Amino acid sequence: MDFLTILQELAGGMLTTIRIFILTLVFSLPLGLIISFGRMSKNVIIRTLIKVYISIMRGTPLMLQLIVVYFGPYYIFGMTISSNYRGTAVIIAFALNYAAYFAEIYRSGIESMPRGQYEAAKVLGYNKLQTFFIIIMPQVVKRILPSVTNEVITLVKDTSLAFSIAYAEMFTQAKALAASAHNIIPLIAAGLFYYVFNAIVAYLMEQVENSMKYYE
Amino acid sequence: MNILEMKHVKKAFGETGVLKDISLDVREGDVVSIIGPSGSGKSTLLRCATYLETMDDGSIEYIGNDTVQPFGLVFQNFNLFPHFSVLRNIVDAPIRVQKRSKDEVYREARELLLKMGLSDKEDAYPCELSGGQKQRVSIARALAMNPKILFFDEPTSALDPELTLEILKVIRELAEEKMTMVIVTHEMAFARDVSNRIIFMENGYIVEDGTPEEVFTSENARTKEFLGKYHYILE
Repeated sequence: MDFLTILQELAGGMLTTIRIFILTLVFSLPLGLIISFGRMSKNVIIRTLIKVYISIMRGTPLMLQLIVVYFGPYYIFGMTISSNYRGTAVIIAFALNYAAYFAEIYRSGIESMPRGQYEAAKVLGYNKLQTFFIIIMPQVVKRILPSVTNEVITLVKDTSLAFSIAYAEMFTQAKALAASAHNIIPLIAAGLFYYVFNAIVAYLMEQVENSMKYYE
Repeated sequence: MNILEMKHVKKAFGETGVLKDISLDVREGDVVSIIGPSGSGKSTLLRCATYLETMDDGSIEYIGNDTVQPFGLVFQNFNLFPHFSVLRNIVDAPIRVQKRSKDEVYREARELLLKMGLSDKEDAYPCELSGGQKQRVSIARALAMNPKILFFDEPTSALDPELTLEILKVIRELAEEKMTMVIVTHEMAFARDVSNRIIFMENGYIVEDGTPEEVFTSENARTKEFLGKYHYILE
């Protein structure tokens, strides 16, 4: 089995992996912002609930969370799980997990903003929404970008955890292929795929960081 | 005509009373300097007047005010928006908050920059400016809102003597244009020179309120002691 054939075999899985990656970011980045508001809420009940949520998401394995999200409806409610649900479960589990991490990153960025920025905005008559989205958030994004890049790179590799519920992303296919062909090349191809994927992600994030270098 | 009337304003942080019973009227065209030792409540007074702090008791009224924000405030640490260019720092609030026409706001902003000697800096970012330039931008930003009264919270405390002079010159020009201003400052000579009224605060109270002449020749023991220390520094 030559390398090209292997790549062709894995192509579908690669697209699935990229899909998990993109959908997870699409949902978890905004969700993380909402969770970070809850985490900073003045309401003690909301704040505590969110704290517990974040601590569970960060304190238990993502693989376990994935399995719970996928099999939970069956174990808890006795529902029949359709195989279509596999892909949805992956996105739900990943988005919930990554949102918790992003929430803490947003919080650290928001809390590091000097009070003077809020005060200047208030004296100039900006309302709270304007202050947050026009004055505060753009500066927060610049501050947290390196931490976000870290998480995004981890996410590329974490997509392989979908293997644990037999979701046909690239790693699942590579492993099956290696087993059936008694050949390590599919696994090496998989490794290469993650490496190149991450090199691209790192490059893109660097460009975004550079685009914000015009101010301090 | 009074622009601002503060009556019996009280403010405490926890157990510590910072403003104990402050009543203060500011008339149109007044240039009021507030002096006094650190911790006397000068800055807190400005922060209450600009609603950055809520007072515990008393009232603050801007007379004949029909706008949301009749005042401007210039901070000790400038607090410019670092991600905005100089020009955007000045025009954003008038356009976004006051919803004034862009053409008019940009024209006025450029006039302000010209007045501040910063015409060549409109595309620069705050991090590229000196402290004095930053403070001039922040004064322009406050003026662009067309405030009826402008507050300064120790506007030169973060600046070296040369840059301090730069800012004092700007404030003096504004005074000549009859801008109503309230300035918290430690620059005694300047306060004496530019203001028509000086307020000496201590321990949460207004101890003296009068013309520079009156305050600088006051027989009040505490005022004399405080100003005496400045004479020592100056001589």
